[in-house]
Amino acid sequence: MFDLFKTRAQAVSAEVHRLPTRNGTVDFVLNLLASEKVADAAGFGAVWANGSFLTGVDTETLARKVPGLSFAVTRERAKEARIGITQMDWGLANTGSLVADQTAVEQRLASSLPWIHIALLPSNRILADIPALMQKLSPDKAAYIAFITGPSRTADIERVLTIGVHGPERLVICVVDEPWEVNS
Amino acid sequence: MNRKMQTAIDQAIGNPVLGNALTRFREAYVVSRAKAYEGIDFTALKEQIAAARGHVADHLAEVTETFKKAAEARGAKVFVARSAQEARDYITALARDRGVRTVVKSKSMASEEIHLNEHLKKHGIQACETDLGEWIIHLAGQRPSHMVLPAIHMAKEEVSDLFSKEIGERLSTDIPRLVKVARNALREKFFEADMGISGANIAIAETGTLVLVTNEGNARLVCTLPKIHVALVGLEKLVPTYTDAAAILTALPRSATGQLLTSYVSMITGPTPTDDGTLKELHIVLMDNRRSDMARDEKFKQTFKCIRCASCLNVCPVYLLVGGHVFGHVYTGGIGTILTAWFNELKTADDLQALCIGCGRCKEICPGGIDIPGLILEIRRRLVEKEGLPFVYKAGLTLMKNRGLVHKLLWAAKLGQKPFARDGYIRHLPLFLAGLTEHRSLPTIAREPFSEVFKRIAQPACKEKAAFFTGCSIEFAFPRIGEAVVRTLNKAGIEVVLPAAQTCCGTAQRANGAFDLAAGCAVDNIKALAADTVDYVVVACASCMSSLKKEYPQLLKDTNHQDCVPDAEKLAAKTYDFSSLVKKLIHEKRLTPKTGHGHGKVTYHDSCHARRLVGTWREPRDIIQACGYELAEMYECDTCCGLGGTYTVKQSDLSMRMLKRKLKNIEDTGAQYVAMECPGCLVQIDGGLDQSGSKIKARHVAELLVDQF
Ligand code: SF4
Repeated sequence: MFDLFKTRAQAVSAEVHRLPTRNGTVDFVLNLLASEKVADAAGFGAVWANGSFLTGVDTETLARKVPGLSFAVTRERAKEARIGITQMDWGLANTGSLVADQTAVEQRLASSLPWIHIALLPSNRILADIPALMQKLSPDKAAYIAFITGPSRTADIERVLTIGVHGPERLVICVVDEPWEVNS
Repeated sequence: MNRKMQTAIDQAIGNPVLGNALTRFREAYVVSRAKAYEGIDFTALKEQIAAARGHVADHLAEVTETFKKAAEARGAKVFVARSAQEARDYITALARDRGVRTVVKSKSMASEEIHLNEHLKKHGIQACETDLGEWIIHLAGQRPSHMVLPAIHMAKEEVSDLFSKEIGERLSTDIPRLVKVARNALREKFFEADMGISGANIAIAETGTLVLVTNEGNARLVCTLPKIHVALVGLEKLVPTYTDAAAILTALPRSATGQLLTSYVSMITGPTPTDDGTLKELHIVLMDNRRSDMARDEKFKQTFKCIRCASCLNVCPVYLLVGGHVFGHVYTGGIGTILTAWFNELKTADDLQALCIGCGRCKEICPGGIDIPGLILEIRRRLVEKEGLPFVYKAGLTLMKNRGLVHKLLWAAKLGQKPFARDGYIRHLPLFLAGLTEHRSLPTIAREPFSEVFKRIAQPACKEKAAFFTGCSIEFAFPRIGEAVVRTLNKAGIEVVLPAAQTCCGTAQRANGAFDLAAGCAVDNIKALAADTVDYVVVACASCMSSLKKEYPQLLKDTNHQDCVPDAEKLAAKTYDFSSLVKKLIHEKRLTPKTGHGHGKVTYHDSCHARRLVGTWREPRDIIQACGYELAEMYECDTCCGLGGTYTVKQSDLSMRMLKRKLKNIEDTGAQYVAMECPGCLVQIDGGLDQSGSKIKARHVAELLVDQF
């Protein structure tokens, strides 16, 4: 499943990384923030939407260690962020898609406004396709179900494929083997 | 055709930017769509969509109510707008009541349909399109020219000019840079807006859910940032259940853009929280605007199966020449013609329906399985019923039944009595036979029609008999094809008879909306051919074949000739096109191809009627190869040659452009012959090859093969 997921996600210009542990994933994210020069300045911030991945992670210390990183996602912060980090509930192998219950507005702000979206997905939650997902997740329980497949794109000018129009221009997917509790 | 439309066509054809864009698009689309559908059972998928949407059309009031209840239970406000006016008024009143000054919109054809932006503007509310393509055409003050790619007709230079003006800075034509400019310019608008207006691609009744399918990410922002979200949704977007949505989510991105899934799909059920902890206000306007009338119409209710993927535009040989603006209304292409006929007045579609050449490519590719050309024909029929045929049409089409007179008139036309011929009766005769257009060399009308020639071909007395239905082209212009057919069948031990009472097949009459005249032809031909004394009826013209084999029963039902239907079905059962019959005879070892190879290279042109109406395409290829020819497939082998019967006369520019492309594809194969099943296509293609001085010879399959047995 993972291999197909990875192939399909890469085919739509997503970056896919496989990481064994949650701690390792935090380090991976921090490295990326550093290499993208995240700082406490307009346009250079980072927002990390709250979620069960962060249970047990010392976010206060993290926020202090990385100037510009915030765990309290607001419209304004997300607007000025270069990077947004959210966790996703499901992966779909045959389309390389990520799916999450994004009823909480922070999830949407952090995954749609910044230039780079880092998505965290447990490797044991990759399903085959949409029909399989429909068995697991339904609008009965979630007011906003979001599917994300690759970065934002357009072909509206002369049909030239261009990445990053209204949403992120980079989608970095971290598929993590160490599971965490997901609600939906 | 009205002058405005002719001007629009001339402009479109003369616009190289549009021409290049559409040519590149058509070629890329076919490839990416095919790739996206790999491993998917398209027929099964079509059936799922048809079942879900068919249910909605049959139970529209009930499904609408289910949606309303479910969405309201989740906290949305649902308003069912009977008309465009009601929808506009509801949204405007809401905006005014909430003190809305600016609105951000994601792409919604329904809002284009009701000209919502203009209406809001009149009430002092600024609506800003945020889909890149929509924003571009909005800045240019234009209408979308394509349902999925609204600005496909624009060059980057034009876009750069528009953007430069908008932001007051001279921009280059670098596309990624232009996209970034749009992102920056629109970002602020999202944050300022008091209301977001979206459409929806699917509305799930059982859960009250809206599904939005987008690539840019603007719809997510439209639904998230402003405090009020209004979704304007046509009733045809409803599906009964959550799982029904899966079929549409599978088909829509694949058919629309050749993607497995778009970048974003959002399923919204009831209001969601905003970042100050309050709940958003969610209003869903379910818009009827004549959709329920369509649902009640036995023929047009199938439009509910449309998922607005625009693939019917993407493969339409006419759309791909003229683009969307020629259609003059919001919805373009084949399905657009149908929607325009309903959302406006039937009469507004009069010129539009005449653009359709009836090649059937759209029907084949439509994920809803909608018979688009059939519905366009139905519009034509209703127009004729309501307005009547112009006198010359009627006279011409009626005349076609009188073969002796037709031959005389065609002969006169050939002799150059053009003033008489040009606008009189003859305009609606199988005039493409008569040599009246300047763009092609045309076959001369045979001095002696085939029925005379036939009298001299002695027939062996055989156990099996075939009645030969000649059709107008063979009768008047190509007796030599008729001879080849007869001689081939004789070689297989079949006696050929030529029922004297046969007449025109009626395809032209039907195609012009004159169903009663077509039915008259059908009745005469059934009487002439259905006699039990023959084992086969053989047809060597794809258009005639489509009438005899496929259309007659329905045509007769539609015109109150129920009593003739059983005989029509009997006739259809024993009717064969030349290639299918020959293939059968080879298989039964009654025809033996001469041994030996290397007769040369043949490419095969699929006539629209043979391939898509009758379903014959493998048979001619098989027999051509069985007879020792090498088969070289041409690019777009089943794309229309542009003849379309009277189409070539009425829309000669478009017809000739289609021909030009066909000729190039034929040339590129390097074949010695191009073979086909239809003498109509032969007129077009042979004439084109001759005019261009090509060495390639066009042949009917029968002519090509008659001496190979
Ligand atoms: S008619 Fe068929 S092909 Fe055309 S837009 Fe609708 S679903 Fe797509």
